[in-house]
Amino acid sequence: MALKPLDIFKYLPKTNCKECGYPTCLAFAMQIAIGKADLSQCPYVSEEAKQQLASESAPPIKTITVGNKEKINLGGETVLYRHEKTFYNPPGIGVLITEDMEDAEIENEIKNIVEFKYERVGVVMKGEFIGIQDKGKGRFIELVNKCYQTGKNLILISDNVQNLQQSLDLCKDVKPIIFPNDTKDEILKLVKEFSLPVVVKGENLDELAQKVDKIKNYGIEEIILYPENKNIKEIFKNIVLIRRAAILRRIKNFGFPVLTIPAFLTDNYLEEGIYAGIFIAKYGSIILLSKIRGEILFPLLIERLNIFTDPQRPMTTPEGIYEIGKVNENSPVFVTTNFSLTYFIVSSEIENSKIPAYLLIQDTEGLSVLTAWAADKFNAETIANLVKKTKIGEKVKKKVLIIPGVVAQIYGELEEELPDWKIILGPREASHIPTFLKSVEL
Amino acid sequence: MEDVKLKYTGKIREVEIGVGDKKIKVGGQDCLNFHTFEGVIPNPPVISFEVWDSIPEDWPESCLVPYKDVINNPVEWAKKCVNEYSAKCLTIFLNSTDPNGLNRSVEEIRPVVEKLVEEIDIPMIFWGTGNVQKDIDVLKMVCEVASGKNVGVGPVVDKNYKQIGASAIAYKQVVVASTPIDINLAKQLNILLLELGVPENKIIMDPTIGALGYGIEYTYSVMERDRLAGLLQGDDKLAFPLYCYLSKEVWKIKEVSIPENIDFKLGKEKERGIMFEALTGILLLLAGADIVVIRHPETVKLIEKLIMDMK
Repeated sequence: MALKPLDIFKYLPKTNCKECGYPTCLAFAMQIAIGKADLSQCPYVSEEAKQQLASESAPPIKTITVGNKEKINLGGETVLYRHEKTFYNPPGIGVLITEDMEDAEIENEIKNIVEFKYERVGVVMKGEFIGIQDKGKGRFIELVNKCYQTGKNLILISDNVQNLQQSLDLCKDVKPIIFPNDTKDEILKLVKEFSLPVVVKGENLDELAQKVDKIKNYGIEEIILYPENKNIKEIFKNIVLIRRAAILRRIKNFGFPVLTIPAFLTDNYLEEGIYAGIFIAKYGSIILLSKIRGEILFPLLIERLNIFTDPQRPMTTPEGIYEIGKVNENSPVFVTTNFSLTYFIVSSEIENSKIPAYLLIQDTEGLSVLTAWAADKFNAETIANLVKKTKIGEKVKKKVLIIPGVVAQIYGELEEELPDWKIILGPREASHIPTFLKSVEL
Repeated sequence: MEDVKLKYTGKIREVEIGVGDKKIKVGGQDCLNFHTFEGVIPNPPVISFEVWDSIPEDWPESCLVPYKDVINNPVEWAKKCVNEYSAKCLTIFLNSTDPNGLNRSVEEIRPVVEKLVEEIDIPMIFWGTGNVQKDIDVLKMVCEVASGKNVGVGPVVDKNYKQIGASAIAYKQVVVASTPIDINLAKQLNILLLELGVPENKIIMDPTIGALGYGIEYTYSVMERDRLAGLLQGDDKLAFPLYCYLSKEVWKIKEVSIPENIDFKLGKEKERGIMFEALTGILLLLAGADIVVIRHPETVKLIEKLIMDMK
């Protein structure tokens, strides 16, 4: 939670010694509040004050970091709705391997979670977790070892202390999450010894809160809540109430990341995908599926990317030349701004037209066409500069440049700036591009 | 845990579409969608099927298959939705009137509208092409032809709300007010419609949607804000049911139509499309949608089951 400058100021020595690099203690406090300075820059602040401040400024939901090669933050959220600020830490998505699955099936799922990666707007999207469930078949350790080799983050679902102990000897460096059915003492001892996160389950919130108390008394601080239920309606209710209790009431026992397992809710993998889709938007921190299939994983990863986009900072596409379809020297050139949505929509409409074209993207700091034009960041001059800078003219013979219909005002000036190009005014709406391309004389 | 339940002060208006025992009610809830643990949702969200008055050119194969036998006959198509897929609501897309396409005149399509009104007894929403001028003529005709049937007409926008609104008032139809992903514009159009004299139980909002991967986060947040304004902040000018024409946005995106053999990591094409449509639908329902327009019958099944499970 963001602290106000005065909340911070009260812990400072108020001597204005300037040793922190700022003229006064108050100025220093203001810089800390906006995240530009760190309390440790003050040599005089007491250890106690540091701790106090850290706990006051901690997000109402604890951030738990797991993993080694593929580190991931869980929790750390501060709001109920993304428009209030943003959601910070996208839920980890993974697959649940159980000991009673066929070997070939296990191999396949492990292969899929490792191989299925997708790139979008410069972000690599992939699943991060493997959950391994002990069913007493004697090969838990073998499976843990297999999954550990992938470098993915692990959740060890077992009540067998010996199995857990042996697994940890293998994989403790990825900081696996321990998920016992029953929080018995020997397991908690192990969790504490290795400083690992532990999953606490409960069918209702009272049960969860009580169990969290017990575990906290053990000195375990990293807890993951699992609202267990067979019924999606009940889980939804509990998960919403947990988030509200943490954010609105700052009830500490609910201020933890939440585990969800759609794999346990249905045998239909499409339905499972839908439940996962709900948990991405509504407050899941880990989502375990029964199988990793591209037709489910890919849309879910896109949903996650969308929902966890910072609403205060639009996503952008890098400036440059994009080829849509099999372009050649007679292909027309479209130009637009680098707001990702603009890029996606324009590029997919050109694609829909089945007429290959170049798409020139100008860096407008993520502004859409009209906004960028109004801010004077997308005009005849900037477009002409981009055309020259990218040397797009060397790729085409006919030199046809299509500009967005909404910036008709710059048409004349652009003709003057680019005398060897034929400038064409495109449609006002991207959805009219296919019709436009079919009717226009290029 | 009672104290973390929200105390809602507002309520979404209840709007009826259709007549007789098959009419539907949407809205009427005094809490967020699916939050039955802290409020009352008298009318769970409704799925509306797509019926076109001309053969769709850009639908992927998997969406055409279920309708192949009726694709060139909107009346039969509508009947198939009702009889085979148990549709509770239809959106009739009068796409043949598009000046950039077939450009059929109002008189040319009038007989089809008449036949639909005569033969289909479930609620219908008639949808123009978004051409401001043409939609005036087309939707005015629909209002007149469907007199007494309490149908929906849209998209009604700030540039044609007077003409279409007046017709809707005269023939007692429901207006679907469409604005481009913006809470203030949405509120403004509602106010204009109310001032024009459209009864408050005859307005539905279309917030305009972006599909999964294509701007859904904007729609999602605008709709959440619409709902919170209506339910928690007492802004009754936003407390109207929400209608989302999402199928159109979903099925045209390129990732939905990439064959599995081009990129095996994208998985099965048909199921991927259904997943894109279903996840878009689920997000919009979570954000507050009361009516979602869905194209694929299998997506309908999945979403219908979820709506039942969450009831």
